[in-house]
Amino acid sequence: MRYLPKSDSERQVMLCEIGAKSTDDLFATIPAEYRLKGDLNIPRAYAESEIVQFFRQRATESAQGYATFLGAGAYSHYRPVTIDALVSRGEFFTAYTPYQPEIAQGTLQAIFEFQTMICELTGMDVANASMYDGSTGAAEALMMAARITGRHKSVIATSVHPEYREVITTYARYQGMPVSTVGYLKNGRVDLEALDKAIDNETAGVLIQSPNFFGTIEDVTAVGDIVHKKGALLIVSIAEAVSLGIVKPPAAADIVSMEAQSFGVPLGYGGPYCGVIATREKFVRQIPGRLVGETRDRNGKRGFVLTLSTREQHIRREKATSNICTNQALVALMCGIFMTVYGREGLKELARHNLAKADYALCEFKRSGAKVLFEGAPRFNEFVIQTRTDPYTINDKLLGEKIIGGFPLKKFYPELANASLWCCTETTSKASIDAAAKEVAL
Amino acid sequence: MNGNEKIRKATTHISQNEVLIFERSSAGKKAYMLPPLDVPDVDPAKLLGELAREDLGHMPEVSEIEIIRHYTRLSTWNYAVDHGMYPLGSCTMKYNARVNETVARLPGLAEAHPYQPERISQGALLIMKLLSEQLLEITGMDAITLQPAAGAHGELTGILMVRACLESRGNPRKKILIPDSAHGTNPATAAMVGYSVENLKSNAAGMVDIPSLEAQVNEDVAALMLTNPNTLGVFEREIHKIAEILHRKGALLYMDGANMNALVGKVRPGDFGADVMHLNLHKTFSTPHGGGGPGSGPVACKKILDPFLPAPVIVTKADGTLGFEYNRPQSIGRVRMFYGNFGMHVRALAYIMANGPDGLRQTTEDAVLNANYVRKGLEDAYELPYKTPTMHEVVFSDRRQTAKGIKTGDIAKRLIDYGFHPYTVSFPLVVPGALMIEPTESESKASLDLFIEAMKDIAEEVEQNPEIILEAPHNTRISRLDETTAARKPILRWKPQS
Repeated sequence: MRYLPKSDSERQVMLCEIGAKSTDDLFATIPAEYRLKGDLNIPRAYAESEIVQFFRQRATESAQGYATFLGAGAYSHYRPVTIDALVSRGEFFTAYTPYQPEIAQGTLQAIFEFQTMICELTGMDVANASMYDGSTGAAEALMMAARITGRHKSVIATSVHPEYREVITTYARYQGMPVSTVGYLKNGRVDLEALDKAIDNETAGVLIQSPNFFGTIEDVTAVGDIVHKKGALLIVSIAEAVSLGIVKPPAAADIVSMEAQSFGVPLGYGGPYCGVIATREKFVRQIPGRLVGETRDRNGKRGFVLTLSTREQHIRREKATSNICTNQALVALMCGIFMTVYGREGLKELARHNLAKADYALCEFKRSGAKVLFEGAPRFNEFVIQTRTDPYTINDKLLGEKIIGGFPLKKFYPELANASLWCCTETTSKASIDAAAKEVAL
Repeated sequence: MNGNEKIRKATTHISQNEVLIFERSSAGKKAYMLPPLDVPDVDPAKLLGELAREDLGHMPEVSEIEIIRHYTRLSTWNYAVDHGMYPLGSCTMKYNARVNETVARLPGLAEAHPYQPERISQGALLIMKLLSEQLLEITGMDAITLQPAAGAHGELTGILMVRACLESRGNPRKKILIPDSAHGTNPATAAMVGYSVENLKSNAAGMVDIPSLEAQVNEDVAALMLTNPNTLGVFEREIHKIAEILHRKGALLYMDGANMNALVGKVRPGDFGADVMHLNLHKTFSTPHGGGGPGSGPVACKKILDPFLPAPVIVTKADGTLGFEYNRPQSIGRVRMFYGNFGMHVRALAYIMANGPDGLRQTTEDAVLNANYVRKGLEDAYELPYKTPTMHEVVFSDRRQTAKGIKTGDIAKRLIDYGFHPYTVSFPLVVPGALMIEPTESESKASLDLFIEAMKDIAEEVEQNPEIILEAPHNTRISRLDETTAARKPILRWKPQS
């Protein structure tokens, strides 16, 4: 086997050294009746060239060379080539959690910079080193709110990504955390009156998403006023990170739970992505996951370490803030490089291009006769239209033109029949928008 | 003589200094260029009103060459598997094959949107299906989900399934038994599923104490979470009896698969009585650890737990194509959006394909051979608290060295000078001052010999020159860091100097 650095004669020498007669001796501790007698029933070993060939074939059986209008929690942005050039360095991707800071300063400093950039963009004081993704991060943020407030209930807007809500339901079930929902208004924003009624003095956290699942930007300040008046915490989930380049950060939030996939992470059929939780300084000891902090070595030199680990499972065991251990470090590194490439001006410009493409598409779709839903509140790069024809039929037609149409909403929102969610990013061409506009007119 | 002459694996080299990226920033520098906008430009203030953002604070402004140098310099400050032996116990730091990275980045896979229609996702679905089938064959289980994002996430999934199963039988029960040698994630997981944790003592051989287990298992016990081989690197020889005791009382056996690298191709958890288990694709199946992630933690189970798996599951549809089945009324629900860390599924399948059945078995045999070789090489120099046969990792204690004021953490720091990543320090907790060494199959005899020599030299230094150990590492960019102040006065982000 080409990954194994030993010859049979070396194996023999080693067995001899150990005092074992054969390899079987090493496994003698496993009762004989459970030891496999023959080979596992899996295919024979493949040559590297065959492996590449196999996956190339699979890749051609997946949508290749399609233009897409899908967003809905996973966004198609251009990935600067510097990202893969750098994360492909073995020093980054074949290292593990920086438990030994003297030989892990590269990972540690990169995470420290990532934490800083997330703070700059979200307006929060501290950010962690990453969570699995936006959905589990949102669930962990609600649990964090319960620890901080000593209350146990949660309220979630139905305009939060439906799969995030499903994950939260799973996480909350045995935490003694009843979850209730509040709906949305005609303009796509959270129903503030219903929200006011839904919060009581046992509500720990309220979760909204902005831009929300319909692409509408919430009035976070107004939501915050209601939530804070009742002594609960406001958690704002951000699924489209590029929006932060042009939309004001949610200053009224107590916790921001982000999915940073838009920052240079491949769509990759849904993962791995990069969740991150950011919060106020006063809540830092309740944040889940790893944190990197700055310190000094014995000679006064600046260095970085994993810190505040008394929150974590390897120390606190069943009293830990979460069971999370492995996170998404390499994906966070991708995000860090992306944020650095675009930087202070580029993120703004990139976000403006997204805004312009989506606005053009919206106007063109409207002109073709599609009805635009949720008018009256600002959007970023996604919007909802209602068509006379079933969106699945429209999408079938578009597939013939190598275009993947918008996301039909009926699956998650039965009340939104014939409605679909369309996303435009800087990668969406005017030509494909014009082509799609013709079909939505049907 | 500074004590470094005998170090053979490593020597000093030039290491570039590098500031924080923010300290390289200067207004107007750019590393990007967007193509000309092919649609009319917009006025954000008009579209977004007062929500329009003007200023991105202290986000960096740097050029491309500075970015390349910045991250390249940072990378050279890391130790990695690509540099050499990384015997971090319980983490299985094995070789990460390059072909895995190549195939995971193929455009049709890397650019697939999770909501694109299933009929144009058949390639991705087939990868998930084949990986599922092969993991089932490897574990001897009946059903599987690839959705969990990491090992601890798999534990959460598995224990939620246990709870759902017991609930369907009328009583979810109250507690989870966990051996004192377990990973911290096990008790933290049990707590997240609303169970209390009851500690299970190990016997003198480092295994589950069968009489205590028998005494502790009753109608309140939902499951035992057991790592096998356990964190001492010891195979629980009476695993079948353990399963029987649990099953007799209606409790389930959860197996933490963190140490599957000792078993693949030799023995299958499904055959020895495990009901549900997770795998760490980033350990056993060589997906890269990435400086702390991403991982992937598939959960495999027996038929009785199949109905409770997270939705959706992959199915072959009536027309022969692959798709997702969402209608699973008894499912615990979703544990993650979309379908899990698909990029890791691609890599793990490529790893299994490269090995085949004989390669996987040889891999396991080499991993166990290497651990035993290290044990033999070091048992005269370090205290071996458990003499039970070693599987894929071996745990020593620092008892002899403590007498001279040297602890496991100090030995680890000195090992850095010798050019190695240290072993896992002070874990498992059942061994005071543990040195937990997992060489994996990726080490040659020559590199193991160097490691043994280094560890022996350090043991000698403990006797002759303990100061050199207490002040180690000497050959790194930075010396030991002040972790106490870091925790007491946390600085968790860069701020401009006022």
